[in-house]
Amino acid sequence: MSEITTLNEIWLTVLLTLDATIRLSTPLVLAAMAGLFSERSGVVDIGLEGKMLAACFASATVAHFTGSPWLALLAAVMISLSLSLVHGFATITHKGDQIVSGVALNILVSGLTIILGLTWFRQGGQTPPLSGDGRFFAIDLPGADMLHSVPLFGALYKELISGHNILVYAAFALVPVVWWALFHTRFGLRVRAVGENPKAVDTAGISVNGLRYRAVMIGGVLCGVAGTYIAIAHNAQFTRDMTAGAGYIALAALIFGKWRPFTVLMSCLLFGFLQAFAMRIEGVDLPVVGAIPVQIIEAVPYLLTVILLAGFIGKAIPPKAVGKPYVKER
Amino acid sequence: MNRDTRLAWINGLLLPLLNVLTAFAATAVLFVLINVNPLEAAETLLYGAFGYSEGIGYTFYYTTNFIFTGLAVAVAFHAGLFNIGGEGQAYIGGLGAGLAVFMLFPELSPWLMIPASILGAMIFGGAWAAGPGYLQAYRGSHIVITTIMFNFLAATLMVYLLVKVLREPGQMTPQTVLFPDNAWLPFVHDILPAFGLEMERSPLNLSILLALFMCLLVWFFLWQTRWGYAIRATGRNAHAAVYGGISQKKIIVVAMCISGALAGLVGINELVGYHHRIIMNFHLGYGFGGIAVALMGRNHPFGIVIAALLFGTLYQGGAELAFEWSNISRDIVVVMQGLVILFCGALEYMYKPWLVRWLAPVQEVRS
Repeated sequence: MSEITTLNEIWLTVLLTLDATIRLSTPLVLAAMAGLFSERSGVVDIGLEGKMLAACFASATVAHFTGSPWLALLAAVMISLSLSLVHGFATITHKGDQIVSGVALNILVSGLTIILGLTWFRQGGQTPPLSGDGRFFAIDLPGADMLHSVPLFGALYKELISGHNILVYAAFALVPVVWWALFHTRFGLRVRAVGENPKAVDTAGISVNGLRYRAVMIGGVLCGVAGTYIAIAHNAQFTRDMTAGAGYIALAALIFGKWRPFTVLMSCLLFGFLQAFAMRIEGVDLPVVGAIPVQIIEAVPYLLTVILLAGFIGKAIPPKAVGKPYVKER
Repeated sequence: MNRDTRLAWINGLLLPLLNVLTAFAATAVLFVLINVNPLEAAETLLYGAFGYSEGIGYTFYYTTNFIFTGLAVAVAFHAGLFNIGGEGQAYIGGLGAGLAVFMLFPELSPWLMIPASILGAMIFGGAWAAGPGYLQAYRGSHIVITTIMFNFLAATLMVYLLVKVLREPGQMTPQTVLFPDNAWLPFVHDILPAFGLEMERSPLNLSILLALFMCLLVWFFLWQTRWGYAIRATGRNAHAAVYGGISQKKIIVVAMCISGALAGLVGINELVGYHHRIIMNFHLGYGFGGIAVALMGRNHPFGIVIAALLFGTLYQGGAELAFEWSNISRDIVVVMQGLVILFCGALEYMYKPWLVRWLAPVQEVRS
């Protein structure tokens, strides 16, 4: 009897860690899909972090004033979209350096959110905590409680699959959509072509700039959703630099997944799992190895990305024209 | 003036000036939006930065950091590399400075102790940049991504070391014990009385002389030596440089090492000069600030000193602004850095077509 209880407890711990993995991976998935579109079209997007942070602030602010998570989502998407247009204006229209532009946006947003937050709320740069409405809440899938008594699967269904908010489900549903859009539509073919060989696309009479703008804008929308998730679904207010590098981890996941939707999803889940695992084992004495310093696990995504980039595990080959502004020959 | 001279003036002076003015104008608009009179703000800011000697000390203290990171970014830029890793290199540089101090005899003469810590900062900062440099040169990994990853690695490494390994015994704060006082770089307010001058206490220390010396050294290195030429040639046209017998791979690694070593010196100003122990996050913002400084200073040491002084002024003046207006904090400087990087960097050529059409139109050729 007691053995079964321990087994159940272990199973529950595993499920809870995986559940945290899902919650921590969601913004990574959304941001990585944003980066995927942008980079597949040939525009590097270091600014994922900044766009998400701006979206965090916008959604928390609008949710505070209106109490509607959907209006908050809309505002966040609009803000993130307009930042992506600034990025497009600098790098596509004016052929500016894509990295410099992304860095500029990240720095600009990290300061601007605090200044606006201080002006509007006077709470040290935070937005007031949301109480009650204004947030996206967990959805219990049908039958979660009914199936609870079923051994193993019941807990799996209740803890892992059910009980997330709508943005989580949307993020994971998005991946096949991105895959389909990129690999099975005319638009996707053109986006990929413009990231590999913009000249060929131009010769075929299709606007390189137009395609890149559209790809960058899709990225803006997705970053807006990611920021909304972080601020008003995962948390309940905006705090200083609350994205905490998620944009960069998403970028790492994008590279680690070699710019392909499903492999990118897997990398996001892996990096999310590492974060969840680090949280769970903090200060816990494990058998054999003792207490593993959390920092070592937190460093793993960065280390893995560096090792991959160095070509020691497979080869990450970016879209050929990525990072290069397209200059039409005259 | 013929057209070529006009174009040179447009590219060399008019365009950079317009870009900086645009960034300033955008900041002024922001001030208006948050109900702060930009002129009053400028006055308060200047008073805070230069109105009294403590303020002046702080201004130059911040300037010192920005000179180091600005030079770091500029050297890499000259080799055609974008070093976003100044944050991590500065952090690890501080570790190098501190370890050098702790590993030497505590009674050692300051004349050996301080140079040793400077060397430690430069070696550690340089080594932290050498990694991404090597990976770019020999394994083709993109330097921007690797330096970003190295920033995070530096941050986690330092948390680990300060919490688990180097923490002062019996203390909760993650920081090391105090350096022995022969490893303290003298404060300017302690030196000035010897020259008959008075100054209030401030963190300003002799690192500022080191910073100015580094400006001269970087200028001499880049424009007067063979290596400097090789770096600039590689940055301008890597193919031509290789054709001219320059090893691009070697140059990438060398440029990154120098860049990282310069960024590492932030650790000297902050730790050996002021805090006198290794602390957490002393480097925050300076690495990224260096990008704005280098872009604004046109990657030239002289320009970098001017731009660093501007950002030092904003940093210290920003603190004064925060006193006067409850809705302003030093983050306003971060906003300005972002705007400078946007307009002087990413949108560098925004006005160019317009200026060229207006001031140096293509002459019609009559047949």
